[in-house]
Amino acid sequence: MRPRAGRVVAGVAQGAAAQLRLDPVVLRLAFVLLTILDGVGVVAYAALWMFTATEQNEQQPHGTRDWGQVAAYGLLGFAFGALALVSGAAAGGLAMWPIAVGGIGSLILWQQAEPGRRQKWMTSTVGRVRATWVRSGIGLLLVGVGVIGFLAAQDQLAQASTGLVFTAVVLGGVALIAAPWLAGLWRELQKERTERIRQEERAEVAAHVHDSVLHTLTLIQRAAHDPREVTRLARSQERDLRNWLYMPKQDADATLAAAVRRAAAEEEDAHGVPIEIVCVGDCDLDDGLRAMVHATRQSMVNAAKYSESPVVSVYLEVEPGEATVFVRDRGKGFVLDDVPDDRMGIRQSIIGRMERFGGTARVKTAPGEGTEITLTMKRTTP
Amino acid sequence: MKTVRVLIVDDHRLFRSGVRAELGPSIQVVGEAEDVESAVATIAELEPDVVLLDVHMPGGGGVEVLRRVLGSGAQVRFLALSVSDAAEDVIGVIRGGARGYVTKTISGAELTDAITRVADGDAVFSPRLAGFVLDAFASTEAPPIDPELDSLTQREREVLRLIARGYAYKEIAKELFISVKTVETHVSSVLRKLQLSNRHELSRWATARRLV
Repeated sequence: MRPRAGRVVAGVAQGAAAQLRLDPVVLRLAFVLLTILDGVGVVAYAALWMFTATEQNEQQPHGTRDWGQVAAYGLLGFAFGALALVSGAAAGGLAMWPIAVGGIGSLILWQQAEPGRRQKWMTSTVGRVRATWVRSGIGLLLVGVGVIGFLAAQDQLAQASTGLVFTAVVLGGVALIAAPWLAGLWRELQKERTERIRQEERAEVAAHVHDSVLHTLTLIQRAAHDPREVTRLARSQERDLRNWLYMPKQDADATLAAAVRRAAAEEEDAHGVPIEIVCVGDCDLDDGLRAMVHATRQSMVNAAKYSESPVVSVYLEVEPGEATVFVRDRGKGFVLDDVPDDRMGIRQSIIGRMERFGGTARVKTAPGEGTEITLTMKRTTP
Repeated sequence: MKTVRVLIVDDHRLFRSGVRAELGPSIQVVGEAEDVESAVATIAELEPDVVLLDVHMPGGGGVEVLRRVLGSGAQVRFLALSVSDAAEDVIGVIRGGARGYVTKTISGAELTDAITRVADGDAVFSPRLAGFVLDAFASTEAPPIDPELDSLTQREREVLRLIARGYAYKEIAKELFISVKTVETHVSSVLRKLQLSNRHELSRWATARRLV
């Protein structure tokens, strides 16, 4: 495993050192020395680079490199190399260079094919894609130079050239034959993919329709004698479908509008009275706003249970400093002073609860004129 | 009171006959149409006072009918009627030229009332549409390009808020100590802003709401 941080070149020595429980400096020096002696160091390094995976670290996508060390090892290698050349210690040295060059080329190509990297390039801009091509080109060029260099160094280039031309022609022919087929295969794959996505979507819709809509229709047929129950079922199904089709997915435990919507939905189901809800703005919940949701729920329960109004309107408005909820019905109304003190609903669950959290609750009602409860709470959350 | 001549445009036959049966005696249904083509042809032929327009229809939907009929300069008024509550649909059809938007769950009496209002040249805002408008105009921090068109007056905001709270125009008038006519004027003015304001935020807001 090659680490991302603290690399000199590609982290190969560091990774191997960690595996072997050695000091990376030892391995780095070993690579440098092996390179000078007969070029094996570079080849070994390149091979290890290819076959060891990069450490997956999401926090550090780019990694760090110690350029001071890079320079130091480079200088060291250069000095030793010069010394070796002068003294003639590097026996196979020159012959190994083409292999090293070819190795670097294939290394670049190999890197292009690394899945994580490919993905990164696929998702980035056109410029990056062009860079991929440039890199691939350089890689190919280096491999070519390496191969030809190797043959030249072995004095076999002349014999090999006819063979090389032959190979190139054959490869070109094969490419020409295979290209249309490959392109077709690619298109087929793409088509299959979109088809699969479409099928998954269809399956999801089917599952939803089956689970909820068909189920509700069955229930409605069974309850056909009870108009109130039929209305309730239809309302509940309608709300469910609407949410599914049009509403952004919201977390009812996190934001105020979602919590009020959920409370309205539950009370509508429980009491069979439609609760129309309009929300303007939204914010995260805090303790005060949670208390307001409870008070809103209690107001909805009161309206649904006692007002005899055919519909309850709820309006939530979130402003920069505070949130306000209006719960209104066109029912029979009542006289607030006539409500006995021990009736928990209005005094405790609504007014008391709001005041405990620093909010206010106002009740506007008169017999025959319906009721409107206004709840206001300061916001502390963004 | 003179009867209002209405054309119902909806691709669901059951729904068309349902609406026909529910409307009050002051409304005369002169015809029905079931898609964009027949709607455009029937409107040209019958010249109704008000067209009850479904938002989702084969052939481009209500917006396409609005574009073709209003584009030809006809003086017919549209009331959009839809099962959809999506902001994109609501704002889209209003910006297309409809004078009001109500959902299909509306009662027969309320629908009759809304049609009469639209026939008189007023606007009809459902609580939800009022909420959308408040949200759309509030959600912009950028300074308005045209202050007259791009922001709501304090009074318009109050009226919309009361509509969103479920108040009828008559109740709003009583609450704000103004006449019903003044309430209607405010709502029509908001409708005009909604239709003419060039600010991109309106459509961007509507689209953003659609993103799930």
